[in-house]
Amino acid sequence: MASAPMAQPTRPRSRLYEWQRFAYRYLGPALRYIVLIALALLFLFPFYLMIRTAVITQPEVASFDWVWWPQETHWRENLEGIFNDQTAPMSVGLRNSAIIAGANLLLQTLFASMAGYALARLPVRGSSLVFFLILSTLMVPSAVTFIPSYVVVANLGGVNTLWGIIVPGLFNAFAVFLFRQFYLDFPVEIEEAGRLDGLSHAGIYWRLVLPNSIGVLAALGILSFINSWNAFLWPLVIGQHPSSWTTQIVLSTYITAQTINLPYMFMGAVVGALPLVIVFLVMQRYIVEGVRLSGIKG
Amino acid sequence: MAKRGALGIAATGAALDAPAAPTRRRRDHSATITFWLFVAPMIVGLGLFTILPIVWGFLLSLSQARNTISLGNWVGLQNYVSILRDGEFRESMVTIVLFTLFIVPLTFVVSLALAMLVNGVGRGTGFFRTVFFIPTAVSYVVASLVWRMGIFNGLPSGFANWLLYTLGEEPGLPFGLGQLLLDFFGGNRVVWIGTPDPPWYWLVLVTVRLWLQVGFYMIIFIAGLQEIPRSLYEAAWVDGARTGWNTFRYITLPGLRNTAVAVLLLSFIAAFQAFDEFFNILGGTAASTGNQGLARPPLVYLYRAAFTDQDYGRGSAGAFILTALIIGVTLIQGRIFGFGRKA
Repeated sequence: MASAPMAQPTRPRSRLYEWQRFAYRYLGPALRYIVLIALALLFLFPFYLMIRTAVITQPEVASFDWVWWPQETHWRENLEGIFNDQTAPMSVGLRNSAIIAGANLLLQTLFASMAGYALARLPVRGSSLVFFLILSTLMVPSAVTFIPSYVVVANLGGVNTLWGIIVPGLFNAFAVFLFRQFYLDFPVEIEEAGRLDGLSHAGIYWRLVLPNSIGVLAALGILSFINSWNAFLWPLVIGQHPSSWTTQIVLSTYITAQTINLPYMFMGAVVGALPLVIVFLVMQRYIVEGVRLSGIKG
Repeated sequence: MAKRGALGIAATGAALDAPAAPTRRRRDHSATITFWLFVAPMIVGLGLFTILPIVWGFLLSLSQARNTISLGNWVGLQNYVSILRDGEFRESMVTIVLFTLFIVPLTFVVSLALAMLVNGVGRGTGFFRTVFFIPTAVSYVVASLVWRMGIFNGLPSGFANWLLYTLGEEPGLPFGLGQLLLDFFGGNRVVWIGTPDPPWYWLVLVTVRLWLQVGFYMIIFIAGLQEIPRSLYEAAWVDGARTGWNTFRYITLPGLRNTAVAVLLLSFIAAFQAFDEFFNILGGTAASTGNQGLARPPLVYLYRAAFTDQDYGRGSAGAFILTALIIGVTLIQGRIFGFGRKA
């Protein structure tokens, strides 16, 4: 027999080896799950605390014994409590926030996508200069310039108006960059088809390009919705009168003015955060994509 | 800006000098008109709300502008000198540097750890990813409310103090661990926010931002991890890299280079502009500034300079000092990590 089996360099099946195999197969994954579940509980805890304190009564919340969940939930009373509070109008805040976030969702993405498309696909002399100019504004950290921005908006009469809160935030240079990247890889065939059908450049963009970039539009749109709903500093600076307060300003007033009790306050937090958490869960696929895109900023 | 590829965006060469589009078609006027129409909102908007504020703010920083936002009363660099001489401003710089030194490395380590835990788990990846990612949807104000009023409110009925009581005294942890815990925190009636010594408010401020942002950076890290070719790990196995640490050190970390730089830069820029949680946890909209003196980051300082003291000239000067610092550190960081070099 010429082909005698070569002696395989097998490890001796020692107890150590068995133990290693066992650890590799089961112990590692089990440990990983235990750590993950513990961390998950830790991360979910603030949500629990928020909801639990929102449906509880004042005596229960002040109890020395922790009330994990009240005997009776008080959704209705506490909800009515915040909407009846006159010092910090929650209904006005929610309406303003919805308008601001909605306008951002639509216009911020539209402007950025238009500019990105023009820069990627319309052959015009000077377009790289325009692109460079737009990108150069990214150097400036946005929150730091809130005082100079306030000065400009105040001069335009934007203090205490919703447009004063909305408009300065609509021009996102980084989104232009992302859209340009996206449109550089956009299939030429679609545009050619439109040209054969006699569509103008604007027509091609509106009828063919936009409907075919829903994914990116949604990803960036939802992120801008969340960011503008949650924004605090700029609405605080511009919205000085309660009629132009956003949800975040109302909640901030709850924390510091302390005109309402703790359960109401937490019900306010639930009302302010819940819509976003739901949007977030439903649209998570797009948001993950949007965040992934944000990762290339730098 | 020339950094992509690692995160799945098509590499397009140097973004700035590439022609905007291949000029295979003859120049047509409708394209020119459409181009300018399409970029007009962006150019006008950025010009009006980014460039103009910078120019105006800079001029304002050279003016005496108390209770006014108009220019004219030139004072040279006086605003810069006076703000740099102000102990409170320098203190605010120290505060933000300390905060950044805590939060940036912590965020980096925790979000990378979460990404690696979630990425390799197999069953349940989606669930865990969602759980760690949801806090991104919550605002700093809401989280500040929960942290300040729910967890760390300093009352015996607040969660943190109740937990200390439960673990430390009744029923208490066994083997004297409970007592150890109480000794560490100094009893079970800890004033978390409001005393400079011990400075527990830092625990409150750091944990709230950590909870809010690690999920975001975890997603970026997961995207980076998935870009590392599986074959590299196999090759490493063949080459004898057996322990997890070795593959992490020689495959994962180098593969995450671009992602890591992005995470460091983004979290640094965000931390340096911290405002919301400091404002809402330590102080507030009410006339009394509460505990704001404990830790006043530059943005809170500038907010007060402009909107309480109505000194827009000084406020603008401070804004420019801060902007210069952020840009400077960003550039240095980019240099150190070899920005723009081929990964």
